[in-house]
Amino acid sequence: MNVNDAAVIIGAYEHPGRELPDKSLAQIHAEVAIGALADAGLTLDDVDGYFCGHDAPGYGGGWVSMAEYLGLRDLTYMDSTESGGASPIYHVSHAIAAIAAGKCNVALITLAGKPRTGVQPGGGGPIRPEDSFEMGMFTGAGLVSTYALAAKRHMYEFGTTSEQLAEIKVAATKHAAHNPHAFLQKVLTVEDVVNSPMVADPLHRADCCLVTDGGGAIVVVSKEVARGLKRQPVRIMGQGESAKLTNGGRLDLTYTSAVWSGPRAFEQAGVTVRDIDYVSIYDSFTITVLEILEDLGFCEKGEGGRFVMDGALVAPHGRLPFNTDGGGLSNNHPGHRGGVTKIIEAVRQLRGEANAGVQVPDCEIALVHGNGGDLGTRMRSATMILGREAK
Amino acid sequence: MSEVRSPVLPAARPVVNPDTEEFWKATAEGRFIGRRCDDCGSAMWYPRPICPFCHSSNTRWEDFTGRGTVYSFSVVHRAGGEWKGVTPYVLAYVELEEGPRMMTNIVDCDVESVAIGDEVEVVFEDTGHGSALPRFRPVRAEAGSQA
Repeated sequence: MNVNDAAVIIGAYEHPGRELPDKSLAQIHAEVAIGALADAGLTLDDVDGYFCGHDAPGYGGGWVSMAEYLGLRDLTYMDSTESGGASPIYHVSHAIAAIAAGKCNVALITLAGKPRTGVQPGGGGPIRPEDSFEMGMFTGAGLVSTYALAAKRHMYEFGTTSEQLAEIKVAATKHAAHNPHAFLQKVLTVEDVVNSPMVADPLHRADCCLVTDGGGAIVVVSKEVARGLKRQPVRIMGQGESAKLTNGGRLDLTYTSAVWSGPRAFEQAGVTVRDIDYVSIYDSFTITVLEILEDLGFCEKGEGGRFVMDGALVAPHGRLPFNTDGGGLSNNHPGHRGGVTKIIEAVRQLRGEANAGVQVPDCEIALVHGNGGDLGTRMRSATMILGREAK
Repeated sequence: MSEVRSPVLPAARPVVNPDTEEFWKATAEGRFIGRRCDDCGSAMWYPRPICPFCHSSNTRWEDFTGRGTVYSFSVVHRAGGEWKGVTPYVLAYVELEEGPRMMTNIVDCDVESVAIGDEVEVVFEDTGHGSALPRFRPVRAEAGSQA
């Protein structure tokens, strides 16, 4: 049996807030948990599998304190796999495996953050003293500047331009304009993006994702549980995970670990890039999207800059509509982590529940890709291919 | 031997562990050493006793030349903490002559004139704690002929 046949996504919920000074981090986790379970027609009492990242509040960096806060008394499976912003995509994959193995039946996945109002994410954690990798960390390197190293090298090898990267942001802002909850409501032009302040050459402020409070949750259940529920399920067709580290110094900044996670997911799903109607692509920065599109095979390596021009990513009629909620670049990037919102928007598209102006007609197959960590140093990738399922 | 000097960029004290103790000791003397595997012949960065390529324990220290080329770089205009006061500065990967690419800074340069492929050489910036951080500066024609 294909492991993916064991389970479906049955609930998805994105917190409507983007700035939440009066809520605790745990409360945001709880609100999205209840929201996703309500979407599924379930309650917290039904949950027997719980998943969150190391950025969850409380003891040890993981699921323990949140399980207590939520009053989850019947857990038979718990997982705090930490893969940065991509973590929720790993969690869905691991939930399916756990359900297929008979370890749980109702898996709840939560992500929340409030960096806008005072809680700095601790998920990555400090680099511990015994990690010699810290030798590269005396350089004033930050998240933007290390992604900038990748962008600079991509430009050098393939002639990619800042204007091409800006096209990705422009498409995201056009989508956000249809989303009443989006943090950034203004449609930007290529000129707006390249004229925004330089943060780390060649990345401008508008090449970067948003800083937002908020969160989201996903519910994955066994086929048996789904049969008793009214909500339209989403089928998991294929999934792949991979990591790309600094490889003893033999690193190459022009590609991501999507080159490995992507083919695994496509093979399991039995589909190709031509079958994909919609993509949720991790968009911490514009360069992240560009390299991932190449690595997943939507265009040749080095052709990403040309691929994203002329509105290719703009829904509903572009060649490859992406991040139709506005993505992390324009809608929401809660707690500096865009994984859960990527899954949620793909679920909306497959259910036909995206915002009217950006709903992809007859959306049957969607791809979700998360990039955790850092394009310029160590990263992890998770790819999922999801399919529309009749209720 | 390369110059060990007062830092021009923030120079935090490294945490030394058994894998890296020899490396940091050498930096204080202006020597840039690295680790090579005697079984597969690979040089690695960062140094560790087990080869990340063939997984042999037959590895040893050797003197690296401290020269290389810029593989990629970014002129950083916004930064936090103690780096806020030194913008713009250059973050880079340097491809060492021995092969590995290491993250570092390019110093003693016009930040706007750095380019991929530039030849650079190591300079050590003293942390004040018995170690120095390897950073790189452009190789000037005169300096090159003396080396």
